[in-house]
Amino acid sequence: MSGFFSPFITKPVSVSQIMLHVLLALIPGIAIYVWFYGPAILISLTLASITALVIEALMLKIQNKPLAPYLKDNSALLTAWLLALSIPPLAPWWLVVVGTAFAISISKHLYGGLGNNPFNPAMIGYAVLIISFPSHMTHWLTPHGLAEIPLSFPDQLNYIFHGMLPDGVRLDAVTMATPLDTLKTQLHLNTQLKDILEMPIYGRMAGIGSEWVATGFLLGGIYLLAKRLISWHIPAAFLGTLFITSGLFHLLDPSHHVAPLFHWFSGAAMLGAFFILTDPVTSPTTPRGKLIFAAGAGLLTYLIRSFGGFPDGMAFATLLMNICVPLIDAWTQPKVFGKKEKQP
Amino acid sequence: MRTLYKFHGGVHPPTNKTQSNLTPIAQAALPSKLLIPLHQHVGSSAKPVVEVGEYVLKGQRIGRPEGHLSSAVHASTSGTIAAIDMQRVAHPSGIPDLCITLIPDGLDEWIALDTCDDWTTLSHTDLRHRLREAGVVGLGGAVFPSDMKLYSHKHKIKTLVLNGAECEPYITCDDMLMRERAGEILQGAEMMRALLYAEEVLIGIEDNKPEAIAAMKSAVVAGNHQRMEVIAVPTVYPGGGAKQLIRVLTGIEVAAGVRSTNMGVQCFNVGTAYSAWRAIRFGEPLVSRIVTVTGNVSRPQNYDALIGTPMDELVAQSGQLPGTTGYIMGGPMMGVLMPSRQVGVIKAANCIIASSDKLFPTAKPALPCIRCTRCADVCPSELQPQELYWFSKAKNFDKAEDYHLFDCIECGACSYVCPSNIPLVQYYRFAKSEIWAREAGKKAADAARERHEYRESRIEREKREKTEKLAAKEKAAQAAKTPLQPVVAAANPDADPENTMQLKIQTAIDRAKEQAAAIKPKNVEQLTPQQQAEINDIEARRARIRELAKDNTDAQP
Repeated sequence: MSGFFSPFITKPVSVSQIMLHVLLALIPGIAIYVWFYGPAILISLTLASITALVIEALMLKIQNKPLAPYLKDNSALLTAWLLALSIPPLAPWWLVVVGTAFAISISKHLYGGLGNNPFNPAMIGYAVLIISFPSHMTHWLTPHGLAEIPLSFPDQLNYIFHGMLPDGVRLDAVTMATPLDTLKTQLHLNTQLKDILEMPIYGRMAGIGSEWVATGFLLGGIYLLAKRLISWHIPAAFLGTLFITSGLFHLLDPSHHVAPLFHWFSGAAMLGAFFILTDPVTSPTTPRGKLIFAAGAGLLTYLIRSFGGFPDGMAFATLLMNICVPLIDAWTQPKVFGKKEKQP
Repeated sequence: MRTLYKFHGGVHPPTNKTQSNLTPIAQAALPSKLLIPLHQHVGSSAKPVVEVGEYVLKGQRIGRPEGHLSSAVHASTSGTIAAIDMQRVAHPSGIPDLCITLIPDGLDEWIALDTCDDWTTLSHTDLRHRLREAGVVGLGGAVFPSDMKLYSHKHKIKTLVLNGAECEPYITCDDMLMRERAGEILQGAEMMRALLYAEEVLIGIEDNKPEAIAAMKSAVVAGNHQRMEVIAVPTVYPGGGAKQLIRVLTGIEVAAGVRSTNMGVQCFNVGTAYSAWRAIRFGEPLVSRIVTVTGNVSRPQNYDALIGTPMDELVAQSGQLPGTTGYIMGGPMMGVLMPSRQVGVIKAANCIIASSDKLFPTAKPALPCIRCTRCADVCPSELQPQELYWFSKAKNFDKAEDYHLFDCIECGACSYVCPSNIPLVQYYRFAKSEIWAREAGKKAADAARERHEYRESRIEREKREKTEKLAAKEKAAQAAKTPLQPVVAAANPDADPENTMQLKIQTAIDRAKEQAAAIKPKNVEQLTPQQQAEINDIEARRARIRELAKDNTDAQP
């Protein structure tokens, strides 16, 4: 008997399944990632997943909460994957572990666990890492075909776990700054935008390789939309605002500001639009609220990218907008049935 | 083609209707006894007018309506009154209510019925009186006395909506009634239209009932009914809610606490229209209704069942299967679990589902809310259920009211879609009942304070009067003793500064009192009878919860 009170039936959809679909939607992006940068990312993903589950179990144990239903909800795994995808794949193992552990323990469980954290745990993890270990966070792998000496899988493993590269190979030879970071540095050096974009790391729209990874995440996002696991409000408002702001600056000063598509397909924009900002726990619940929230994040991302000190703005834009969520929700309560002004 | 409107949200649970709508309505066998509650409707309970041992005929009045809002109750068959006592009734609380037990004599012999060939010859007052005496109440589940709904103040009502949507899964009693007795439903609708002075009749039927739609459409043509339209509405739960159906058919949104008649619409269930017709045309009081028996039975079926038929005897006719854990009256979305299988069928009983663990498996443990807003997406009242849940859980009831808790119709769509398996509706019922209890408490406290203040002032007054009397006596005594003295003019009280201050204080106190009196608990003041019934229902449920909780704690060492 399902209980003493109606409704006696429920739709067979669980939190666990929702999270699983989101994880599945990340797979195209991850596959393209592996294609361009080698399997190092799979190691970060695995490390982050294991850390997340262990820390989650530990935190649940401390709080005397049941382990099985929470470990099976897949939410810790999602946090782990989003964080792993946000940090350089060649980062030392402990960086992934520290970031994930912080994300799960402090920013999720100390705030009350699933459903209660005001900030996106993965983005908190990222913020902690980029503030504490900035140099480790800037060594991104050079995409396949661009590196002088391509690293084999055992080489990548060796570097992640022992910090050792093959003899005669310097870290600079196999890593680079991100296309966004390079753009910012070069603009500071007064290099012409046209010349910057002719550097070999740039492809059609943005960075070679990374633009395709972003396309992978876009595909995953479309899957989430089609499955109605996310609503259109957040991705549309975020990408729209990012497009309009960067477009305005690009129109006003094309020699110093890249085209909107560059912003769309660089950094964590696509990942953020469909996977990070859409985290239901840390985003507004009302449709209008979602639009405001994501538009704010789009604007902040652009501002941090173009005028701030960090290579990408996604994480801080997300966290800053997370702060505003309760206020946005309170402000944007929709009118209820029968209480609207207009009646036919 | 009429433009239909949409209401927000809704869900599509498996309809499970084809089990019971493939066979025609069957006449239920005469049961061994009938348990007829005297309170089957909204309003005050009917008063028994028969005695134990008395022989009654089918259709004989056994309970007379008491007060303005009430309805009569009749013997469902001929037989002997065996008892008039407290029995368990079809209410989830399990709290006993006054019932008349009738042992059928097997003859099923009708009392002489007052038929009427042409209702148009009767006055509206007479029609309403006949409906009240026939015990006709809303058969969609609300059981509101129909005569009370058939008034038209200043002829404001434009549209009569006939509700044949039947959106709840499993239930098919209205479907079958429309297929088999469409003509009589429409006759009833014509009568209702006349009583309401309504211009048009819109009959809304969900599009998963093509046979019913066809039957009703041809009956409209056959009966040459003007300005009466059968409209197929999209199948979506809770599209059969009165407010939702009114919205779909007319575009009008009737807010919580507002009567639809104020907006020009009145709504009746198709079964009510049928019963109203039978009551006027043939003089038949409401002694039976169509009941869907389905769920864990071998032959799901609709029955024309006598009011008072013990549910287990009715379900037995459909072949109850092993593993039955209990009976649900109504559908799986809003139905209620019966406290016993022996309770009698009441006028509100549209469906009895024999439940089993297979049909309704045990709910998984609830996880925290992840604010996914699937609940908000499906809420037909356009509420934010996730916020209401948060506030109800935190017992932040003021905030819950701010977020329109009382606009919730408890349709269960939110609970149905919740991926965290949170029994959301339970939280809202809890919050509502707590608010009612709190406000009732405040009312009681106010009354007590007033009583106390009155007593104080009375004592004060008595004291004063005593002293005055005493003083007067003394004065009289003195006056008798001493010769008359010139009367000194009384000092102007306003000139005395102390007096002015006193006056000011008194006015301030009075003002404060007036203000305090102006603040009234808004949810328990001026309740409609329906709301009062709801409150009573919920109160009873709370009692049951407490009982269950007690049992649980008792069970644990």
